[in-house]
Amino acid sequence: MDSNEATTSESVSKKKGKTKKVKRKVKSDEAPVQEMEQAEGEETEKKSESGPCFPPTFSVSEIKNKQRRHSMFLKLKEEKRKAPPKEVPKTIENQRIYDETTVNPEDEEVAFDEGTDEFSAYFNRLTNPKVLITTSDRPRGRTVRFCEQLATVIPHAHVYYRRGLALKRVIPQCVSRGFTYLMVINEDRKVPNGLVLCHLPDGPTAHFKVSNVRLRKEMKRRGKDPTEHVPEVILNNFTTRLGHSIGRMFAALFPHDPQFVGRQVATFHNQRDFIFFRFHRYIFKNEKKVGIQELGPRFTLKLRSLQKGTFDSKFGEYEWVHKRHEMDSSRRKFHL
Amino acid sequence: QMSAKSQICSIWLGSETGILKGVSLTKKQAFNFCEMSCLSRDQEVCVMAWGDPHESEVLVGSVNGTVKTFSTDKGIFTATRECGDPSQGRFTGLAVTDSSMITCVESGLLKVWKEGSTETVEINVGNGICRMQQNPSQRHRVATGGKENPLKVWDLERPDKPIFTAKNVAHDWLDMRVPVWVRDIGFIPDSDKIVTCTGHHQVRVYDPSTPQRRPVLEARFGEYPLTALSLPASQGTVVVGNTHGELAILDLRKGLVRGCLKGLAGAVRGLQCHPSLPLVASCGLDRFLRVHSLEDRSLQHKVYLKSRLNCVLLSSRDLEVSGSSVSDRASF
Repeated sequence: MDSNEATTSESVSKKKGKTKKVKRKVKSDEAPVQEMEQAEGEETEKKSESGPCFPPTFSVSEIKNKQRRHSMFLKLKEEKRKAPPKEVPKTIENQRIYDETTVNPEDEEVAFDEGTDEFSAYFNRLTNPKVLITTSDRPRGRTVRFCEQLATVIPHAHVYYRRGLALKRVIPQCVSRGFTYLMVINEDRKVPNGLVLCHLPDGPTAHFKVSNVRLRKEMKRRGKDPTEHVPEVILNNFTTRLGHSIGRMFAALFPHDPQFVGRQVATFHNQRDFIFFRFHRYIFKNEKKVGIQELGPRFTLKLRSLQKGTFDSKFGEYEWVHKRHEMDSSRRKFHL
Repeated sequence: QMSAKSQICSIWLGSETGILKGVSLTKKQAFNFCEMSCLSRDQEVCVMAWGDPHESEVLVGSVNGTVKTFSTDKGIFTATRECGDPSQGRFTGLAVTDSSMITCVESGLLKVWKEGSTETVEINVGNGICRMQQNPSQRHRVATGGKENPLKVWDLERPDKPIFTAKNVAHDWLDMRVPVWVRDIGFIPDSDKIVTCTGHHQVRVYDPSTPQRRPVLEARFGEYPLTALSLPASQGTVVVGNTHGELAILDLRKGLVRGCLKGLAGAVRGLQCHPSLPLVASCGLDRFLRVHSLEDRSLQHKVYLKSRLNCVLLSSRDLEVSGSSVSDRASF
């Protein structure tokens, strides 16, 4: 057996013109040679099937004989059917590096953690949300209109002028007046570019970067203004532990029971660490078809930091800080 | 079996959910030692300490004022002791001497609990304590410090007056008083010196053997409050962590930054260097335990432990049986 293999490999190596005989190389030589032989066999089979040799460029329609033409067409269809299946293209979402903090729905510890964290009062239906929206000092037109539109989208929201007050002093006053959220929209060069969302009793503070703000009159094919009905909330793709915290933060902005009469829905869609906010009105045309109209402002958020405790950027403890050079080194790693 | 799991654990962590976690780096596994049915937030672990020099018992102090003893051989909590109530504040320090246990709370009440008897020696160390640390070589000496509460070293045999009180530094360049906020304390081995890190991002070294009560050395790092400090086995350096998740190794001869340890995303709550190997374990609000090597500042291990972590304890035994610690960077 061994001697036979050796002789065949010798002949193979001689054919290929190689002089060195290393065992590993021998084995690898044998394999491609066998593949080549099989390939040749297939080609010869194909040639025998097609019958008389046709010139390389020909199409089935050039055969004048109707029956022969029909049989050739059926054979072509058969070969196409045996073709390899369509490949799934690689996307960044497909290639996403598996995040070990992804929440498993049956995890008891995470369930306990979420059941007793700062949002437990809201999720146990003990408090109703009441939001205070304000801006950085001296806001210009676009930011003011953005705040007004946000106040129509979020129920029980009140817009107040900032008047240059310090946030650390505003927060105890909000708590005493029963507010549950403080939303501060930061403005730069007449355009809103930052959002600080602070959960009030003593909850986490999230700082976002806001981009691509579209006000109502800039939206194409939009519907009429949103009504006072409580919208439904959709939170998409918040899979990791950090994503869960942020998702719950957004969920706690809106009252519990959506009024389906209003047919309004607010969507926070997370993709590649960017959170897209959209506000739509839907209508069911029949059982399977839905029509949607986009109303309301549209903006994108990116999380910069999540701080435990109310707003205190100097002395507060951060639960998560975005560090560009460490976290953005891989294009396929996301944190939310 | 719980005892088998606890015997292989080399790192112990206390979390905000009240769960004591044990991590074995050789087996690359983390275990929770608690009752899942009776978890509550008031059992949140504030401090942890070794119960005896052989490291067979871990003392765990919780927010509700109880100190539980966990046996690493048996894998269960063997004793619970009521050591105060939540109105006094959280535990800021836990230590053990000969046959007694020392606890300190935020309101400044430092108590020495003797084994077997109910009598306690009480010292009032001032309000707003952030940390109480025991001198590992002279175990009857403890140091305390906090917000607007300067560093004081107490001798438990003479509890009426501190043996050393630090003096605040001179007024700054605007002639204003520099605020005091001692967050963590460390005793430098083989000397009398004490190093502290403050909430105003300063690291100070005091020497009680000299008549100078002001710091011998002051170094600054970063712009955020420093929350944890640890002294490695090799002399002359200190590892500090701040609320932004920045860990740095500082040189204590000149006060310069030797290097930073990368990877943390949240505030550092617990930091400990291994007694003999050049490794440092850090835990924080980002729910990860990270072990870095101090020589090349690379990340050796990263473990995801689903709750926010408050304190970490390293055992003195070799963390990895294999010996070479550079090979695996696996996370659990």
